[in-house]
Amino acid sequence: MTEHITKRSRNRNGLLPYLIVSPYLIHLLLFVLFPVVFSIVLTFHKWNIISPMEYVGLDNFKRLIQDRLFWKAILNTLQFLLVHIPLQIIAALALAYFLNQKIFMRPFFRAAFFMPVVISGVVVTILWQQLYGLETGLLNRLLIGLGLNRVEWLSNPVIAMISIAIMATWKNVGLYVILFLVGLQAVPRSYYEAAEVEGATAWQQFRYITLPAINPTIFMVVILSTIGGFSLFIEPYIMTDGGPLNSTLSAMLYIYKQAFGYYHMGYSVTLGLFFALIIVAVVVIQKLAIEKQD
Amino acid sequence: MFKKTAIYLLLTGAALSFLYPFYWMILASLTPEAQIGQLGVLPKTLTFDNYALMVSKIPIWRSLLNSTFVAGLATAGVLLFGAMTGYALAKLRFKGRELLFIVIIFTMTLPFQITLIPNYILMVKFQWVDTFAALVIPALNSAFAILLFRQAFKSIPDDLIHAARVDGCGELRIIFQILCPNIIPTIITVGIITFMNSWNDVLWPLIVIRDEQLMTMPQLVTLFAVGGRAEAQLGVKLAAAVLLALPIIAAYSVFQRYFIQSMASTGLKG
Repeated sequence: MTEHITKRSRNRNGLLPYLIVSPYLIHLLLFVLFPVVFSIVLTFHKWNIISPMEYVGLDNFKRLIQDRLFWKAILNTLQFLLVHIPLQIIAALALAYFLNQKIFMRPFFRAAFFMPVVISGVVVTILWQQLYGLETGLLNRLLIGLGLNRVEWLSNPVIAMISIAIMATWKNVGLYVILFLVGLQAVPRSYYEAAEVEGATAWQQFRYITLPAINPTIFMVVILSTIGGFSLFIEPYIMTDGGPLNSTLSAMLYIYKQAFGYYHMGYSVTLGLFFALIIVAVVVIQKLAIEKQD
Repeated sequence: MFKKTAIYLLLTGAALSFLYPFYWMILASLTPEAQIGQLGVLPKTLTFDNYALMVSKIPIWRSLLNSTFVAGLATAGVLLFGAMTGYALAKLRFKGRELLFIVIIFTMTLPFQITLIPNYILMVKFQWVDTFAALVIPALNSAFAILLFRQAFKSIPDDLIHAARVDGCGELRIIFQILCPNIIPTIITVGIITFMNSWNDVLWPLIVIRDEQLMTMPQLVTLFAVGGRAEAQLGVKLAAAVLLALPIIAAYSVFQRYFIQSMASTGLKG
């Protein structure tokens, strides 16, 4: 009986599996594999979509190396990550740590922290543009109310990218609070009880029990927010259009402008490919560093 | 006791910092322009003028329909094709299955910065620019959904499938009538994440849609906020932002638990 079914099902499997996966296969060929191959071809060409493609050899790469604005955009993006990632880990870990104590209304706090995560980045950016307002913005009014000086959140080129990183942290931190909370709840209570009997301080408990237990979560957060941070686009697009003095020009915003502002298809594809290589390199380095630590 | 109080104060302060800005945004959108700068916790005057002005300037209701249509179709496609491909990978034997699995993993690690511009060129060549096809068709499949479905189907015993085949069920009926009822949590997770991603996406619509009547809601609101048409009026921009946020806030209030579970289980955000 079993043999009979296996035989039948193998026969029926014939072409059928291919038919079942064919919608995905077509999609894969058209929207993933073809674009990858085509983008490699395009890097050797100059093209504005309308006139015929013109072979230019390595010109796009030469131009990329000398393109100061592109390198500035890369550095801006890295600056964003350097502020955003540590801030996010500290904030998420702290909030998760306090949420993990025996408290009432945990679901309420969790839901409140998570709220900005589900809301469109467009909404968050328009909202924060007002919060960051120089004269009437909520944050500066708060600072002045406390007797402090107002801050040029978006008009000072040194501060603007940091302001965007703070906003991005505010938007995403709720997700990482939940991830850390899951990690923290996996640590058995008995560990802490034993440590307390031994007379360990709260800090020692955190350092030697909590931290090792949530190490994998920390690394996951680092990698997820690195990948997310590299695609920083809509926030500077709405808030500053890359200004002041190109200080918030992210790599993605620059590529967008090259492609859809000037229709430099060959060049913008070269930028995209190169930028993708940087992303992969950074993530691979992070992963190697993690494996070395373990 | 002192420690407990400190923790509650801290958590409440944090919760306020996440919720108050949204409250302020809704309040400001209902406040006359001249009073927004002094707005505190309670409003002095309430008005719908900002909304009236915004509605008269941009086709916001049309964009709400467009977004619902696009996100709905994308979600349906991702669920349908994700279940089919995931099933084939989990339960059917065929040549090239391992290769296909590796390719799917590869596409997940592929930064979208590589495929974005060539995909735009494809849309131009297909003459899909300024049509819903450009928004919907490239969004009908998702590698991440396929992997989640594969995982879920793998946990279902083969006997169930054999029994269904003996009863004369076709493969599609096996997938959607016999197996899918057993993996409802996966369907909810994929559904919520896909719908939210599609709803909140703004880069791709900015690239392929220029006709205002076809724009998605976040796109229209973005262009309204950066363009000159809001005439630098805060209240009007905020009114547009509030309308954009409301559908997701409403869905989140009702299905809050599912949102958090879905996104925490995959580590993905919108």
